[in-house]
Amino acid sequence: MALLQVEKMTHYFGGLRAVYNYHLSIDTGQIQGLIGPNGAGKSTIFNLITGIYTPTEGDIRLEGKSILGYKPHEVAAMGLGRTFQNMQLWRHMTVLEHVKMARYSKLHYGLLGAFFQTAARNREEAESEKKAHHFLKMFGVDHFADQNIHNLPYGAQRRVEMARALATEPKVLFLDEPTAGMNPEELKQMVATIRRVHEELGLAIFLIEHRLRVVMELCESIQTLVFGEVIAEGTPEEIRNDPKVIEAYLGKDLVE
Amino acid sequence: MEKKKFKMKRTNASQAPVPVRRKGLMRRWFSGIPLLGWFSGILVAVLLEHFLGDALTEVLGLPKIPVLFGFVTMLKKPALMPGSLVFIVLVYLIPVAVTARLGASAANAVAARLIRRSVGLSAGIHLLLLYACLHIWADVSAYRVLTLKLTLIAVMLTLSLNVINGYMGEFSCSHPGFMAVGAYVCSVFTVGLFVNDRIFGQALLPPFLAPYFFPVALILGGSAAAAAALFVAIPSFRTRGDYLAIISLAFMFIVKSVIENLEIIGGPRGLGSQPDLAGLPAVFVWTVLCVWIINNFVRSTLGKALNAVRDDELAAEAMTVNTRRTKMTAFLFAAFWAGVAGGLFAHVLRYVNPGTFGIQRLAEVLAMVYFGGLNSVYGSILGAVGLNLLGEALRPLELFKWILIPLLLILVMIFRPKGLIAFKEFDPKRVLMPRFRSE
Ligand SMILES: Nc1ncnc2c1ncn2[C@@H]1O[C@H](COP(=O)(O)OP(=O)(O)OP(=O)(O)O)[C@@H](O)[C@H]1O
Ligand SMILES: [Mg+2]
Repeated sequence: MALLQVEKMTHYFGGLRAVYNYHLSIDTGQIQGLIGPNGAGKSTIFNLITGIYTPTEGDIRLEGKSILGYKPHEVAAMGLGRTFQNMQLWRHMTVLEHVKMARYSKLHYGLLGAFFQTAARNREEAESEKKAHHFLKMFGVDHFADQNIHNLPYGAQRRVEMARALATEPKVLFLDEPTAGMNPEELKQMVATIRRVHEELGLAIFLIEHRLRVVMELCESIQTLVFGEVIAEGTPEEIRNDPKVIEAYLGKDLVE
Repeated sequence: MEKKKFKMKRTNASQAPVPVRRKGLMRRWFSGIPLLGWFSGILVAVLLEHFLGDALTEVLGLPKIPVLFGFVTMLKKPALMPGSLVFIVLVYLIPVAVTARLGASAANAVAARLIRRSVGLSAGIHLLLLYACLHIWADVSAYRVLTLKLTLIAVMLTLSLNVINGYMGEFSCSHPGFMAVGAYVCSVFTVGLFVNDRIFGQALLPPFLAPYFFPVALILGGSAAAAAALFVAIPSFRTRGDYLAIISLAFMFIVKSVIENLEIIGGPRGLGSQPDLAGLPAVFVWTVLCVWIINNFVRSTLGKALNAVRDDELAAEAMTVNTRRTKMTAFLFAAFWAGVAGGLFAHVLRYVNPGTFGIQRLAEVLAMVYFGGLNSVYGSILGAVGLNLLGEALRPLELFKWILIPLLLILVMIFRPKGLIAFKEFDPKRVLMPRFRSE
């Protein structure tokens, strides 16, 4: 049984068929890639699996249990952590607060603790702060902890967003174009970081990428999506040589 | 960001030599004074006024002690301006400044020792001192007592509305409605139990028990307000969208007209003869409780979730935050405190009528929130105290008051769109700490 399994998932936005008959199977420790041209429906697949949209048809199972119909925060607490394509950060919060927030579902002190500073609250908050620093260190951004998120350079913001996603202690980490808008130097660091996180935590990663070099380097298995449909699936080698992929997508990118 | 700006200003002041020298001097004179030092200074000033105030007014040719730092006197009778100014300088400014400065090292030593013992102890002693200052200051006239009580109640209202409009970033207009629910429920409880009343009949319990039941009455009022808040919260937070403003406004008008049509609680004539339970100590204690609990809440991760919901709801959900529960809880919580404030309000005035809880009160409390600063306990305290005292001080100007205050608000909105002290965390420990003198 796969860790995360998606079957026959189809989604319509009104009359627009954004995703059609999508299948996915990810095992623990696997890095799965998803590529495809703009508007192919990649982010929509992320949003469907993480509960932001409910698929028109199909089933999604995490460890054999269907997670269809759960709210995004419930799905997140069950173990699907994610980042967003356009980094969705909280404008007025510090770096540390970002990562601590991701531990929301792990706090048990309740309203009593929130109102009265009970011992349980102090203990849990301290513990969550320690964990948050741990994740920030992992991404080399701990020295920014007390800064407002907007004082950080772009690359560092991306790292904080990833640290935040990991702080939910996911079983599968969803990364939506983690290298978007990065310069070659930042990109190299990001690839190294993703690889290190994968090795250290041994979690499954589901990666959307525009840059083929990155997916080819990181993933064991890749799907190519065009107009909401998977047109090719396989190892990086197979994808690279698939004529359909070359036609639909790779052609222009290889030239670049 | 706010912090950074502040720091920059400070370094500028100490580095740039010529243009800010005067400011630098002032700053040096007053640096290194802990809160304990300021409170001691104020205590000396109010004691001076208490014991020597009358004698001094005679010497200066003033009819009586200037009741609100001389503003009212000066505006009413400009001829008394010099006398009032001298009074303020002699009784307030000089004693506060001198005591604070000369006592600074002693105050620092005490503050350091207290905070080392425990933050709670230090906070308790600071609050006692603050209460002593307020009590002695207010003791001079009944007008001061009333103004002070209403100001403290305004702090509760402003801070609780800030939870919704600032911390959560939604626009709610129902606060006067919650206040009304709290005021009436609390009043019916105390009047019914402890007063021989035409409507509710004989008192059920002897009056000496009333003070013990007052907290129960207030909590009941607050809970009723929170329950009423469900009528706003459930439809507003069901889906995402800006329904709250309009639903909450409707709620406020509905509450008002329901009360107007309920003859049993006096209808439009209002409800009076509440027992005299809201003394200054009670109002002070409830205000402190309110500020403390709200501040605890907004500093916890559960409370910070409000900021996350405001800044990016989708990201909050993705980070396991139950956004709907977060919004509902915060809304009911804020309504609870508005209800408690309403209960206190009714017992301070010992009379309420539905007209008090209309659009004008809404405008006032919104102004205090936005003037003081969003997402900030400091801001709400400053906004409530500032606008309340200003409103009282400018009362002699009559019509012009209603031009001056809105003008001031417009200026604040232009130059500080988020309010005077926005987005600043209130950390009691740091506030109570000893201060070291900067060079
Ligand atoms: N909420 C929505 N409502 C209606 N249409 C949508 C919505 N979200 C996405 N779409 C449409 O669905 C299609 C797929 O969009 P999606 O964002 O998933 O593409 P993508 O593969 O992530 O593209 P990109 O590489 O640009 O990020 C697009 O045509 C888009 O316009
Ligand atoms: Mg996308």
